[in-house]
Amino acid sequence: MQLCTFKLGDYFFGVDVEKVQEVIRHQEMTRIPLAKKEIRGLINLRGQIVTAVDLRLLLGLSKFSDSDEPMNIIICDDDGAVSFQVDEIGDVLDVDESSFEYPPETLKGIARELIQGAYKLTDRLLLVLDADKAVEVTA
Amino acid sequence: MDEMDEMYEVIQEFIVESNENLDNLDNDLVALEEDPTNADIMGSIFRTIHTIKGTCGFLGFGKLEKVSHVGENLLSKLREGELPLTQPRTTALLQMVDAIRQMLACIEESQNDGDEEYLELIENLAALQIADGEGEVDSAAAQDDAAAESAPAVEDDEPEEEERVKPIGAILVESGDVSSDDLAAAIQQQLDGDKTAVGEILVNKGVVKKEAVDKAVSKQSEAQTRASTASPSSIRVDVNLLDQLMNLVGELVLIRNQVLQFGESFDNPVFSTTSQHLSQVTSELQEQVMQTRMQPIGGVWSKFPRVVRDLSQGCGKQIRLEMEGKETDLDKSLIEAIKDPLTHLIRNSVDHGIEMPEVRTANGKAAEGVITLRAYHEGGQVNIEICDDGGGIDPEKLKSKALEKKLISEDQAKNMGEKDALNLIFKAGFSTAAAVTNISGRGVGMDVVKTNIENLGGVVDISSKLGEGTTMRIKIPLTLAIIPALTVTCAGDRYAIPQINLMELLMLEGEDAVSGIEQLHGVPVYRLRGKLLPLLYLNKELWGEDSAENAATNSNINIVVLKAGELQFGLVVDDVNDTQEVVVKPLGKQLKGINSLAGATIMGDGRVAIILDVFGLAENAKLLSETAQQGAGIHDEQLATEEKEKVSLVLMRNPDGGRMTVPLSEVTRLEEIQKNDIESVGNDEVVRYRGQIMTLINVFSLLPERRSSERLIADGEKEMESSGTQQSADSSGVVQVIVCTKGDKAIGLVVDQVLDVTEEVVEISGESSRRGVSATAVIQDRVTEFLDIDEVIAMSSGKSKRRSSHSGAEA
Repeated sequence: MQLCTFKLGDYFFGVDVEKVQEVIRHQEMTRIPLAKKEIRGLINLRGQIVTAVDLRLLLGLSKFSDSDEPMNIIICDDDGAVSFQVDEIGDVLDVDESSFEYPPETLKGIARELIQGAYKLTDRLLLVLDADKAVEVTA
Repeated sequence: MDEMDEMYEVIQEFIVESNENLDNLDNDLVALEEDPTNADIMGSIFRTIHTIKGTCGFLGFGKLEKVSHVGENLLSKLREGELPLTQPRTTALLQMVDAIRQMLACIEESQNDGDEEYLELIENLAALQIADGEGEVDSAAAQDDAAAESAPAVEDDEPEEEERVKPIGAILVESGDVSSDDLAAAIQQQLDGDKTAVGEILVNKGVVKKEAVDKAVSKQSEAQTRASTASPSSIRVDVNLLDQLMNLVGELVLIRNQVLQFGESFDNPVFSTTSQHLSQVTSELQEQVMQTRMQPIGGVWSKFPRVVRDLSQGCGKQIRLEMEGKETDLDKSLIEAIKDPLTHLIRNSVDHGIEMPEVRTANGKAAEGVITLRAYHEGGQVNIEICDDGGGIDPEKLKSKALEKKLISEDQAKNMGEKDALNLIFKAGFSTAAAVTNISGRGVGMDVVKTNIENLGGVVDISSKLGEGTTMRIKIPLTLAIIPALTVTCAGDRYAIPQINLMELLMLEGEDAVSGIEQLHGVPVYRLRGKLLPLLYLNKELWGEDSAENAATNSNINIVVLKAGELQFGLVVDDVNDTQEVVVKPLGKQLKGINSLAGATIMGDGRVAIILDVFGLAENAKLLSETAQQGAGIHDEQLATEEKEKVSLVLMRNPDGGRMTVPLSEVTRLEEIQKNDIESVGNDEVVRYRGQIMTLINVFSLLPERRSSERLIADGEKEMESSGTQQSADSSGVVQVIVCTKGDKAIGLVVDQVLDVTEEVVEISGESSRRGVSATAVIQDRVTEFLDIDEVIAMSSGKSKRRSSHSGAEA
């Protein structure tokens, strides 16, 4: 399995490459009134309007400030595209299925729903984000 | 492409084509019922069913074939003039159309024609093939059936071949190479079982030369190619493809805007001509692509003749539906959206508009009512009218109905013009009662119709003349994809407001900006030509930030006057920019639920701007409540109060000046009783009352003194000062009694003075302050105790017991 990796706070994450339409640098954004707090704004992606989700906030980490310039991972969905805003984009990694483990029972809350598990890399853990679920919970 | 895919495509095509044909069929059948001798319509109906039958046999949909086959048999008898077209026959054929439609839906979903057998329908259709009173036709029909079953292929291809390409035999006869007698003999031979082709038989018989036959064959194949390559004037295109095309054009429009804006920044004549050219081409392209999505409204209308026929027969009316302007185009998305509201309005016209035939003739009208559907373009909009020549709507009846339902006040009813009264039928809540049908109102769901049309950026209007009929007029835009909009700025963000909601722009300068906005109990309003315009501050509505102060520090105040249906309100924004055409893009599902936002668009600089939903804004600000339509805004509190139920209360005064109350529902009567009439029985005071002996309970002497709330006392003292009537009430020789019924016994509660009977919404604010009081509440701005009647009765019987035991001890 191939994962598109990214950094979110102190954590190293990955999301199934197949779900990712593209990765783009920081984009100017229009804030959206009356929306949920996880929704940061709207991006113009070559004429397509994409909703940007603050992935940090969604996962219960400290949210992006207005001065932050997060990168966008564009996830393509049947109903359109959603951008997950992340700190930094990493490489696409081939992961070994045998190193996968489900999260421990002590993982609670929204993170439990969104994190499918972790690949044990030599120096750190690669957490796997469930892209479909993440799109779902923001809806 | 593999076989499965190919089969799938064939089936899809079959479904699309058949559905189209079925829509026509509904209309044709209704038209034929009116004009049974019209051979053209008959022929078209027959061909449609025949085609469906043939194709579904080929595709292996047995049930569909059975139903259409028996229908075809009936139709062929009708076509030959063997049977007359009667109402039951028309109805059965329409039912057959429904059944076919149902099976097609089933095929589309699950690739098979479903489990239903339609035996009843088949039987019915078969039975209807028997001419009235003629038994022997039955067997003929059966034979016909059998023949068709045994040799379906032969029969199937006949009519179509006839139309397009002539058989060899006919060509040979035409060219004079063969006599028709020879041909008939050859065909007979074929029918007897000879599988050889007609031409070959003829050559074998020696009646014609082989060359002549070859020539005829080549002539025939030529005709065949001509028939198949006759270039069609239209093609079928996948809707998704059109949508994508539309999107791309939308993008092109945006890029054009960007280029134009960019071009302004430097002065180059070549560039500006080029960009102007680009602009022109883009506009034309946009128009043309929009055109591809346009569909004639006739597509929606096609089902209405059937609807009117079925409904009017159902309620015993005679109604003719006339349609004008079927070819009027509007966007595909609107066609879909307008379907339901239109159907609703037509049903209403049939149901409530057109009178019963006997009523019509009594009023000197033709027994047959006419409903006219009319559509036309006007000023870049589509107008649709639904007129009936029915009884019309009586505005007075509407008013009294609305009064009865408490939708309007007496005053409003008095001042209401005819037009406003007619518009009452669009009010939510007007429709709910079944009784609506007994006035000539058309309330059922009309508020929904109105909302649906307004959601499309349209308006609906009604006019009616008593005795002459009613006209509903709908105006909708041609398309929803690209709309003219006003852009405004607020707190640094740009927003687009659909121009259809825009009334005017106001700018308050200098002194006006300070004094122009007045407060009506906390609600900001502006006097626009003498009428109060409620104001919303956009920043506050969207971000909850109180920008009223910001606006006040700003030297100018910009007010965008908007209308949401009947309601007008002013939206205060920081800046008004310009108007432009914007491409409406839907918001993602994360934002679907926010009803103040209609969508988003991309501005000339490439940034996204939100398109505001004027209805949503008004709704969120609670401007769209029922009372709000009178003009000014309304307080939340008031709204909340209105939702609660009112209770009727009897208010009375204590000897200590405090106020008490009992619900009117617990009170049987209010009486004044002469003191002289009061008698004593033991320790109880009684009075003869309506043939009973009624015990009197002096309420206030029973209750313990209250000391629980200083407020109560303070209130009491106030009242004391202002009243001083206690003595006078005593000296008047009467006591005031509240009569309650407990079980079947009347009990009189002697009170000091009954003040008032009032209707109040009760908000219980305090708990019981003393024994005999169930609760306290503020009523008419006064703290008031609720008397607990049961408790008081219990206390009184306890007291009398105690008293008697007392007296016993003394004795």
